[in-house]
Amino acid sequence: MPLYELTIEAAADLLQRGEISSEDLTRAVLARIAALDDRVGAYLTVDREGALEQARRADELRAAGQATALTGIPLGIKDVICTRGLRTTCASRLLDNFIPPYDATVMQRLRQAGAVVLGKTNMDEFAMGSSTENSGFGPTANPWDLSRIPGGSSGGSAAAVAANMCLGSLGSDTGGSIRQPASHCGIVGLKPTYGRVSRYGLVAFASSLDQIGPLGKSVMDCALLMNVICGHDPRDSTSVSEPVPDFTRLRADGLQGLKIGLPVEYFEAQGLDADVRQAVAGAVATVEALGAETVEISLPHTQYGVAAYYIIAPSEASSNLARYDGVRFGVRREDDGDLLDMFRRTRSAGFGAEVKRRIILGTYALSAGYYDAYYGKASQVRTLIIEDFRKAFAQCDVLLSPVAPTPAFAIGEKTADPLTMYLSDVFTLCANLAGIPGISIPCGFSSAGLPIGLQIMGRHFDEARLLAVAHHFEQATDFHKRKPEL
Amino acid sequence: MQISKDEVRHVARLARLALEDEALDDMAAQIGTILAYMETLNRIDTTAVQPTAHAVSAPITPVREDVTGEHLPRDQALSNAPAEDGESFVVPRVID
Repeated sequence: MPLYELTIEAAADLLQRGEISSEDLTRAVLARIAALDDRVGAYLTVDREGALEQARRADELRAAGQATALTGIPLGIKDVICTRGLRTTCASRLLDNFIPPYDATVMQRLRQAGAVVLGKTNMDEFAMGSSTENSGFGPTANPWDLSRIPGGSSGGSAAAVAANMCLGSLGSDTGGSIRQPASHCGIVGLKPTYGRVSRYGLVAFASSLDQIGPLGKSVMDCALLMNVICGHDPRDSTSVSEPVPDFTRLRADGLQGLKIGLPVEYFEAQGLDADVRQAVAGAVATVEALGAETVEISLPHTQYGVAAYYIIAPSEASSNLARYDGVRFGVRREDDGDLLDMFRRTRSAGFGAEVKRRIILGTYALSAGYYDAYYGKASQVRTLIIEDFRKAFAQCDVLLSPVAPTPAFAIGEKTADPLTMYLSDVFTLCANLAGIPGISIPCGFSSAGLPIGLQIMGRHFDEARLLAVAHHFEQATDFHKRKPEL
Repeated sequence: MQISKDEVRHVARLARLALEDEALDDMAAQIGTILAYMETLNRIDTTAVQPTAHAVSAPITPVREDVTGEHLPRDQALSNAPAEDGESFVVPRVID
């Protein structure tokens, strides 16, 4: 088996037994990137020399007996996470030249664990999008069908994992941006509970919704990454002090006694593709065969999720993105005008169409006379959506649903119609509004051979249970073993 | 919900964005479609519902001690500036 095909778990084992070095492993993955990424476009920046240097240091650490599970493991990092000394663009032309002077907390943690950073992965500009087509540097292709989108906004991360151009990755999820690309690329992606992972150094899109999480080839790989990135950080006032369990201790007792809720609104949603419906129905049968009890439950405000989210997220974004004014960082545009003129030129030239749309939408929703009708109303509906989940989790342990209404769509198919693109987030964004964790795992393939994901959502801080259920499902099925031919 | 070109121009101005006339038409049409969809929220009676700004909040988010911590050295804080003079960010003249 070529080294780049290894899971993190398998590679860590070989490294530990001294059968391979991190330098060998990192070279193999870098060669894979060099061979494939012209066609896939998963990376915005590849740090070849830096990665090899980190790999050699990881091998030294191991020789000195100081290795952890992630020491020497090559990873791709979404370009919205600040990496000290390594260009971080958020896929925006405005940040084309931005070199962070500091590491995000998750990067400090990964570096402490000895992980190797291969480079920065493509995304929708400032994480605003569901297809990675909004990147200021061009789209990423889906490794399963290069004419299709990989999902978004963490599309580069998901495509890199699916195409073996990294062993695992970090993404960010504001309305489904980890889970939906994981689903479209046939891999595993976890959005942790809001507050579980520090957002320090994560470039802010919508601060009450954003959360960093892992994308991997297996559930265990995501658990290994979670063990490193979670935990309280004094530099993020929304990070929580909840104890962090060992996520790799995936419970061995199967799904016996587990109560799984099936939210009827997710299964009866308009526009749910027949192949997706069938794959998720198959997954329900599988968990029942594994001993779980399923029960229909209702999340009655689901249909209002998209409207509430697309008021709240752009409102927060319009405020967060005020910082891109060409003063402290970024590509400044100026003429002979005054300061205001410089702001306008910089922002108008630097931001892409979708980012401008959301800034205007958010500014409008927050503006005098409209605040109560839009932002106020959406924040109240958010409360009702949280109540829905609270009532549901009184009746069941986890919820099972589709991740996206359809498999990956064609590049260009939805770019002309922003609202249609927004509606494709219907199954993922309620988890962000409620702050609960959700995972996407492979559960089937469409008739055209495209991967389909299964979403499992859980109570706040119940990631260990999500990972355990996902792991049992994975072990009982073969979907994760199928790989794209490239 | 219709939103006029002038309204979009006004909001763009608030957001420090300059849009070409043609882009304004497209933007007004798209924002109008999106706002019309938002009207679905008015089907719900939220009279007695408290708004939520953050789904997970105190008391599990501890407050740090109010002491001076590490901060970026000035040269690093200035390292990405489009224009600086070694001490400050430099911007176009604001006051004549």
